[in-house]
Amino acid sequence: MGTIGEAVRRRRSALRSGLTGRFLDLGLIVVVAAFLILLATRVLEHGPSFFLQILTFAIANGGIYALIALGYTMVYGIIELINFAHGDVFAFGAFLSASLIPVFGLGEDKPFGVLPALALLGVFVVTMLVCGVLNVSIERIAYRPLRHAPRLAPLITAIGMSFFLEGALFLWKGPSNVHYPNVLPSAGFNLFGAEIGTKEIIVIVTALVLVVALALFVERSRLGKAMRATAQDRDASLLMGIDIDQTIAATFFIGALLAGAGGTMYGLYYNTSVFDLGFSAGLVAFTAAVFGGIGNIYGAAIGGLLIGMIQSFWDGYFESAWTQVVIFAVLILVLVFRPTGILGMRVPEK
Amino acid sequence: MTSLRQFWQSGPRRDPNTVAYIVLLVVAISFPILATVATGGQGEVMINVAADAGVYVLLAVGLNVVIGFAGLLDLGYAAFFAIGAYTYAFLASDHGRVTPLGEPIHLPFWIVLFIAMFVAASFGVILGAPTLRLRGDYLAIVTLGFGEIVPRIFKNASVWTSGVNGISALDIPALPLWLQGPWSGDPFAIVPDFKIISPLAYYVIMVLLLIISVVLVRNLHRSRLGRAWMAVREDEVAAAAMGVNTVAVKLLAFSIGAAFSGFAGTFYAAKLSLVSSENFGFSVSITIIVMIVLGGMGNIPGVITGALLIYGVIFILLPQMPEYATGFANSVGLSGLTHPSGDFPGIGEFISRLKFLIFGFILVVVMLVRPQGLLPSRQREQELQKGIAHEDTVIEDVTAEVGG
Repeated sequence: MGTIGEAVRRRRSALRSGLTGRFLDLGLIVVVAAFLILLATRVLEHGPSFFLQILTFAIANGGIYALIALGYTMVYGIIELINFAHGDVFAFGAFLSASLIPVFGLGEDKPFGVLPALALLGVFVVTMLVCGVLNVSIERIAYRPLRHAPRLAPLITAIGMSFFLEGALFLWKGPSNVHYPNVLPSAGFNLFGAEIGTKEIIVIVTALVLVVALALFVERSRLGKAMRATAQDRDASLLMGIDIDQTIAATFFIGALLAGAGGTMYGLYYNTSVFDLGFSAGLVAFTAAVFGGIGNIYGAAIGGLLIGMIQSFWDGYFESAWTQVVIFAVLILVLVFRPTGILGMRVPEK
Repeated sequence: MTSLRQFWQSGPRRDPNTVAYIVLLVVAISFPILATVATGGQGEVMINVAADAGVYVLLAVGLNVVIGFAGLLDLGYAAFFAIGAYTYAFLASDHGRVTPLGEPIHLPFWIVLFIAMFVAASFGVILGAPTLRLRGDYLAIVTLGFGEIVPRIFKNASVWTSGVNGISALDIPALPLWLQGPWSGDPFAIVPDFKIISPLAYYVIMVLLLIISVVLVRNLHRSRLGRAWMAVREDEVAAAAMGVNTVAVKLLAFSIGAAFSGFAGTFYAAKLSLVSSENFGFSVSITIIVMIVLGGMGNIPGVITGALLIYGVIFILLPQMPEYATGFANSVGLSGLTHPSGDFPGIGEFISRLKFLIFGFILVVVMLVRPQGLLPSRQREQELQKGIAHEDTVIEDVTAEVGG
């Protein structure tokens, strides 16, 4: 979880690493440039207000992906495991908060004010905490016993856990889309012809606050220091008296807090949810984490934003049927050309 | 009995799997006879299901090369399956007429089998060559992405693939020559271009394909390449230091696995006479992984057993359970359970929704309790247990002194 300066230095040294490296970087630049030129022509065709509209959607969308991506990147940074179940924890957050909204006295068509806002905060807090506990239990049951097993083993239990959670959500709400109560005010304002809703602003601000809070926590707090130490060298941290199990559990807990918040925001923003939401959104968010440089918190935030933008812009300017294909193509391209991501830290090969 | 056991244990190089292979072969040969006898001549349905199950067995044997032998987690195996199936659909149907090509292509099944194998393997190389240099879990995610992309491309490129409708009315496989006689209720004659329609014929073809594949895979496993796979799986750095070309070896495993998937895809498409992008999703890839993990990663008879077990549960037992459960609930006076109420969809629907949960449960429990699977290879079992025990002791000592 290095800083940007460090990443830039590494990037320079990576560039110097030989002809193949340069060739690969050149390939990536060509692909990105081709896409941007294509996009620019479409943007000019459709006019500025449409662009501004899409940009707003893109940032809100990206904010949600960033929150999920943070959980992937933190867990990967500390134990080098793709926590496939993380996306399903996010989906669980969406389902749970949908059920909590009536419990907290919120509902559709009710006027929004200070009291409902506080109730919504309550929904957020409870969902986040339950998701945190869920993720810690997953870690305890499925990953901790396999910490010293061959690499493949925890990866397979992670997939198993993901399927288990998905199956549980499927049992809970069935195969079809579930409506999520629309409690946020739908009012908005007009900016150069683009309609910017309160919803978008709430989502963007919440995401920003959470990302900054997390970054501060990891950089300033004692536990954050322990997390960074464990990510760097587990055995050495153990010798320094850091309780590894507790630190890893805390990482899972914090990651799931963000996933729970992300799930609630997804529901509030899109007003729909489905049992396999965690699979598709999780995969996109993981792409974002890799894109930004896995293990790097700022990277995940920026990657999430970029992936959200790619998705929204493709939806807006091109055929939306191909959006998922494009995102996974981005995933493969990034892994092929730049496995360390945009701000990647070097992950030691084991 | 004792002497028999001694006999099996006596030879220093005796493969404990020999018994398993013999049992599986006997089951495969006697199954159609037993099915016909047990149902009083109406065994065709069961034989048909068995031929379908064979597709999954073939897929599991192929994926076992990738996951079990070489230790590469391939989460997009269904993509190669789809590529195989669509290859058959393009090369052996009238579909070519409605594509920009304008001409139908009708190649014989037997030739397409090999073409599909080759095509799937090529895609394996194309995907594998740049990505197999990456860390193991990155490969998992790349294959997962690939597995999501391929069905979507088949779905979206509707000019070529008819989109969501899929391609139907594929050619029925035919033998160039067939001797017909009293065994099929006809007079003796040599028939050219004999169409394969009966489930038994598909079953026989499937069993033959399986036997060929198993012999092939088993020989590969015992070859120099097989040992290289094992070395790469256990410690890539050490393998490279010993002179194993790790990327080439992994690429071979990856493309051989893909080839089997293409093989299975062709058979699947020919038998069903239909391909649709909906049939090759992530859940297919996961189903095959569950089969391998449950049966015993790296052990061919284990994988085959696992495939048959899971196929039985998912495609035979689970679809029938809702009926039984509804009947049972009615008969014990809990008929209230059979109707939906609130989020509860009624017991029948409830059970049919259990599939994902069962998959997840099997994966987690097997990896935690018995990572070597139901029928492990002896070698893999020792590796897994030793590996865990050894590392644990080292780390625990440190914890006791410092952390505690």
